[in-house]
Amino acid sequence: MSVVVFLEHHEGELQKGSLGILAKAGQLGGEVAGVVLGSGVEELAAGAGRYGASTVYVADDAKLEAPLPQPRVDVLAQLVEEKGIETVLFAQSILSADLAAGLAARLDAGLNWQLVDIATQDGAVVGKQSALGDSVLVDVGWTSTPRLALFRAGIADPVETGGTATVEKLDVTFQEHSLAAEMLEQAHEESSGPSIEDADFIVAGGRGLGAPEGFGMIEELAKALGGAVAATRAVVDAGWYPYSAQVGQTGKNVSPVLYVACGISGAIQHKVGMQGSKVIVAINKDPNAPIFEFADLGIVGDVQTIVPKLTELVRARKG
Amino acid sequence: MKIAVCVKQVPDAAATKRIDPGTKRLDRSGEGSLNPVDANAVEEALRIRDASGEGEVVLVSLGPEKALDSLRKALAMGADRALLVSDPDAAGSDLVATSALLAKALEREGADLVLFGQQASDSDGAVLWAAVADRLRLPLISQAAELTVEGGAVTGKRQTEFGYDVIRAPLPAVVAVADSINEPRYPSLKGIMGAKKKQQDVLSLADLGIEPERAGTTGSRTEVLALSDPPPRGETRKLEDDGTGAEKIVEFLVEKRLV
Ligand SMILES: Cc1cc2nc3c(=O)[nH]c(=O)nc-3n(C[C@H](O)[C@H](O)[C@H](O)COP(=O)(O)OP(=O)(O)OC[C@H]3O[C@@H](n4cnc5c(N)ncnc54)[C@H](O)[C@@H]3O)c2cc1C
Ligand SMILES: Nc1ncnc2c1ncn2[C@@H]1O[C@H](COP(=O)(O)O)[C@@H](O)[C@H]1O
Repeated sequence: MSVVVFLEHHEGELQKGSLGILAKAGQLGGEVAGVVLGSGVEELAAGAGRYGASTVYVADDAKLEAPLPQPRVDVLAQLVEEKGIETVLFAQSILSADLAAGLAARLDAGLNWQLVDIATQDGAVVGKQSALGDSVLVDVGWTSTPRLALFRAGIADPVETGGTATVEKLDVTFQEHSLAAEMLEQAHEESSGPSIEDADFIVAGGRGLGAPEGFGMIEELAKALGGAVAATRAVVDAGWYPYSAQVGQTGKNVSPVLYVACGISGAIQHKVGMQGSKVIVAINKDPNAPIFEFADLGIVGDVQTIVPKLTELVRARKG
Repeated sequence: MKIAVCVKQVPDAAATKRIDPGTKRLDRSGEGSLNPVDANAVEEALRIRDASGEGEVVLVSLGPEKALDSLRKALAMGADRALLVSDPDAAGSDLVATSALLAKALEREGADLVLFGQQASDSDGAVLWAAVADRLRLPLISQAAELTVEGGAVTGKRQTEFGYDVIRAPLPAVVAVADSINEPRYPSLKGIMGAKKKQQDVLSLADLGIEPERAGTTGSRTEVLALSDPPPRGETRKLEDDGTGAEKIVEFLVEKRLV
């Protein structure tokens, strides 16, 4: 069985998420190839050998410089067809999701997402999908090849095998519509101040704070606990709080001893970034909010009244 | 500007979602509502239409006939008309089949801009737009948290794992918006009254010229094999705040030796 893992890279480094999928792919038995697409990436590609790729396909082209999905669909479609690739695996990311779905349409290939595992059962490839807000595990299959799969962020760690890979260059031809979108700007925001990744205590705020000013009381509580402030994508996108504080699939992964979620619904993409927290406390006025399904303690109530009072009590307790 | 907005009816947020163990499909028998974040795409479309001073906002959806109930909410917000692809043979369509059907419907419309919400609350996919864009052979911008339409192009700012991207695409284009892009308006009473009278077309596969084999289970390339319970979670406690919520939290933190 021929398996290829899409290896995403950023600022000259292969991403941990896709290297993890390379390790996961190894468990299917047989050889695993990687594919690296970009501009000036040949050397980077060879590095994937150390993480278990026996072959790495590379397309090196200035048109692949920006991390946009559509030109990559062209290259992967050619690769799959020419080499008769049966399985293509992706680690979840903004780029990978768009690329995988574009490729699915191009090749009329099945795409299963939110996978937490994959295995061969009685000769068939079966994916484990965590669905409906993690309330059910679904065994999913593919009715034809190629099979495409998107894995949930952080489900597998890279494994150093110390091997070397044969690098094979790909010719690329692009479709007109694939080159029509253009990256005008890429801003990489770095955090100032202490990183939430190292904090033992985190107080996080979401859209339930009602307004950017709501973060005032979140900061107070964080200070009282001796911790840091985190935020959801919804409020970061809305400009209520800086990007560097964002937790989740498109933000940081945190695992403090205490995570206090205030006015956060607990969407999967947020959960994947904070479910490693030792203790989770949630305050949300909606009793059906998904966050209550994985919070150790959930209080159904209003952040506006509970948070300031909690800050006072913590302060009093600490003396 | 003619803007098409892809919207979906999903099980109401208050209902417990389940997959029917018999059909292995999502149980859609309960109450349905407009996929919450699709209202953001509708809102954005209305704003662009109104700013351009002319044009039309067309809703495009695939689903059972009762999905019209949910489309009406978007019509009440101000969308001009709705097109629902509905056919028993289309039930159970996966990404490949759904994107093929929607692309066919969208081709008929030939909109300048095709908008999507950021994700369907029942599929958690956040992928459909990319498949539709490929079928329509149109440029794509996904996850846009800000959007401007100017000079025959659309520019979107979006968040990624590393910061922000600004992407521009010439029209016609496909754009998926993030839910932070705007605050969807509430339909006015007049809007609600008027919605019923707006044009609502229901198209079958035959109407679209699609062979039944391209849709539903036969048109799909993925399948559900089995269902099982997720691994057990640790113990969770949920309490109603009766005025002592803060105290309860502190007691808990003390018990866990965290303060
Ligand atoms: C590709 C993709 C990537 C994503 N990446 C991320 C990511 O990295 N991180 C992330 O966080 N999200 C991410 N998301 C978004 C995610 O799906 C959710 O939309 C987001 O996490 C919701 O943020 P929220 O909880 O602040 O807002 P909402 O979902 O709007 O929830 C607000 C909550 O506040 C509650 N509330 C309202 N008022 C009060 C009050 N007065 N008191 C108490 N509670 C109140 C409400 O009941 C509600 O549950 C991503 C989405 C996509 C599609
Ligand atoms: N059946 C459908 N009909 C019309 N639009 C849909 C349908 N399913 C999904 N969409 C659109 O695609 C977006 C992403 O869906 P998904 O990829 O399934 O999470 C949604 O927010 C809708 O805008």
